[in-house]
Amino acid sequence: MSEIKNKDKTTRRDFLTTVTATVGAVGVGAAVLPVISQMNPDSSVKALASIEVDLSKVKEGQEITVLWRGKPVFIKRRTKEEIQKAQQTNLKDLKDPQEDKLRVKKGKDEWLVVVGVCTHLGCVPIGGKGDYNGWFCPCHGSHYDTSGRIRKGPAPTNLEVPQYEFVSNDKIKIG
Amino acid sequence: MNDQTSKTSKEHFEPVHTNKVGGSPFTGVTGWIDNRLPIIRMFRHEYLDFQVPKSLSYFWSFGGILTICLVLLIVTGISLGMHYKPDANQAFDSVEKIMRDVNFGWLIRYAHMNLASFFFIAVYLHIFRGLYYGSYKEPRELMWLLGIVIFFLMMATAFLGYTLPWGQMSYWGATVITNLFSAVPLVGDFIVTWLWGDYAVGDAALNRFYVLHWLIAFLIVGVVVFHVIALHIVGSNNPSGIEPKDTRDTVSFSPFTTSKDLLAMLVFLLIFVAVMMYAPNYLGHPDNYIPANPMVTPAHIVPEWYFLPFYAILRSIPDKLMGVIAMVSSIAVLGLLPWLDFSKVRSSVFRPIWKQCIFLFVLDFFVLMYIGGAPAEGIYLVIARIGTAFCFAFFFILAPLVSIIEKPLPMPTSIHEFEEWKKQGKIKTIKLFNK
Repeated sequence: MSEIKNKDKTTRRDFLTTVTATVGAVGVGAAVLPVISQMNPDSSVKALASIEVDLSKVKEGQEITVLWRGKPVFIKRRTKEEIQKAQQTNLKDLKDPQEDKLRVKKGKDEWLVVVGVCTHLGCVPIGGKGDYNGWFCPCHGSHYDTSGRIRKGPAPTNLEVPQYEFVSNDKIKIG
Repeated sequence: MNDQTSKTSKEHFEPVHTNKVGGSPFTGVTGWIDNRLPIIRMFRHEYLDFQVPKSLSYFWSFGGILTICLVLLIVTGISLGMHYKPDANQAFDSVEKIMRDVNFGWLIRYAHMNLASFFFIAVYLHIFRGLYYGSYKEPRELMWLLGIVIFFLMMATAFLGYTLPWGQMSYWGATVITNLFSAVPLVGDFIVTWLWGDYAVGDAALNRFYVLHWLIAFLIVGVVVFHVIALHIVGSNNPSGIEPKDTRDTVSFSPFTTSKDLLAMLVFLLIFVAVMMYAPNYLGHPDNYIPANPMVTPAHIVPEWYFLPFYAILRSIPDKLMGVIAMVSSIAVLGLLPWLDFSKVRSSVFRPIWKQCIFLFVLDFFVLMYIGGAPAEGIYLVIARIGTAFCFAFFFILAPLVSIIEKPLPMPTSIHEFEEWKKQGKIKTIKLFNK
């Protein structure tokens, strides 16, 4: 008799404990979320997400750098020789295998657009340097080829190709 | 339950003392305060009457030296904070304003900058002392672990502080170090964007780095308090590695240790002031006097000198994630040492093989420091890899192996006997200053 009575009592207490703990946990979670979230990019940062670039003045073999989302973007007008080199590379020689045609827009082989941030630790690689005549990162020695693909050094992946489109024959919109 | 207790004839109630006022050995105003807030008693007990081994060498002064450095860093830091502006457009100029316009601003900034370096010099000597004399061994493991926590926090706050002047090295150092988090599988990029509050290091990052630089500085103070409380429970180790047994082995903390520590602090601060006054930028990098430019990475990017050994380990490994893991674990592994080295003998004075291993480890530290500042190619890369391999071999192979195969030298049975042996020239110890 008394055992049943005790059991009833603990059930009631258990219920209240569980409900209180749940409400408490939800409350803590709801309070922590804004504190964590405030550190993510704010609305004004997100609003500056796309830019337009005029390419008409870029000559063959020339490379320009524009600032997009606080990062440099390399726009390179590649020479025929450089395009050929990039296209003929054996995929087996690549650390992050990707064909050149997947890194440029169709019919626009001469324009290579990549984010100028080394995929290792974020330095800005130097154009026309390195063992593969693409880019060389001075920080930790990563070599990229004329398609911006990683060939040698500690970087794990190719230079990122940002989302972009040709709005006219010699104008692109990045972002 | 209630039925049972009421059945027992005599009821017994334990007395309760929620009011603990009293017990002070002092009288008057001192006693009045001490009865209510027993810090005066505690101070006398822990700093005046406190017994320490009489064999302590100047290597035991670095704890005190580090405390002074921390206090001076906070005082100069608060002073700088009154003039610095954590804004990407104003930070660099506000630092130059401190250097040119603020009264004694140049002195306060140079002091803060160089104190950071000297804090690391002292902490490396402090860690060496712990390694050489086996201060990490039972029962001081927790104190050792707290020390490693302090070291990690120090590295974090030093890094954050270095980003604040917003020069080229600040900016690119911040970029490289925050990018270390991008090595985390799956969520790495989200973590980095979250840390930056942007898609690159910029104004949002600088503002929060300033706040975190302050926060971590005071976290260090908190962990230091734990470190010292633990020290006062387990007691100081000493060059013999033998625990004190009776009054022949110890002296009072004051005036013996205090006067010795004060002399050591004086010498240390003299060297610090000499460097600060005659070569204030010697330990820094000239590129940090170029304002931050997100479009150009300096051709030769190096961290501050005290991070170079770890930077060399990071660069020695050709895989991004593994490089980051190796760098972090090269420090964290210190925390396993109390269990990896299970020799019963603490002090390397009596450990002929382990002593050689420690000197090799110190050599490795300096080699990696040199390599960390050299370009990451050719022969430097080969040496960096050998150095990294040795660093881990020291902990995971040498420490347990030497614990097993080494035959310790004959040992004295007490600290006062150790002192006699020293006088008789039977044992050699490291001396920082000749007596």
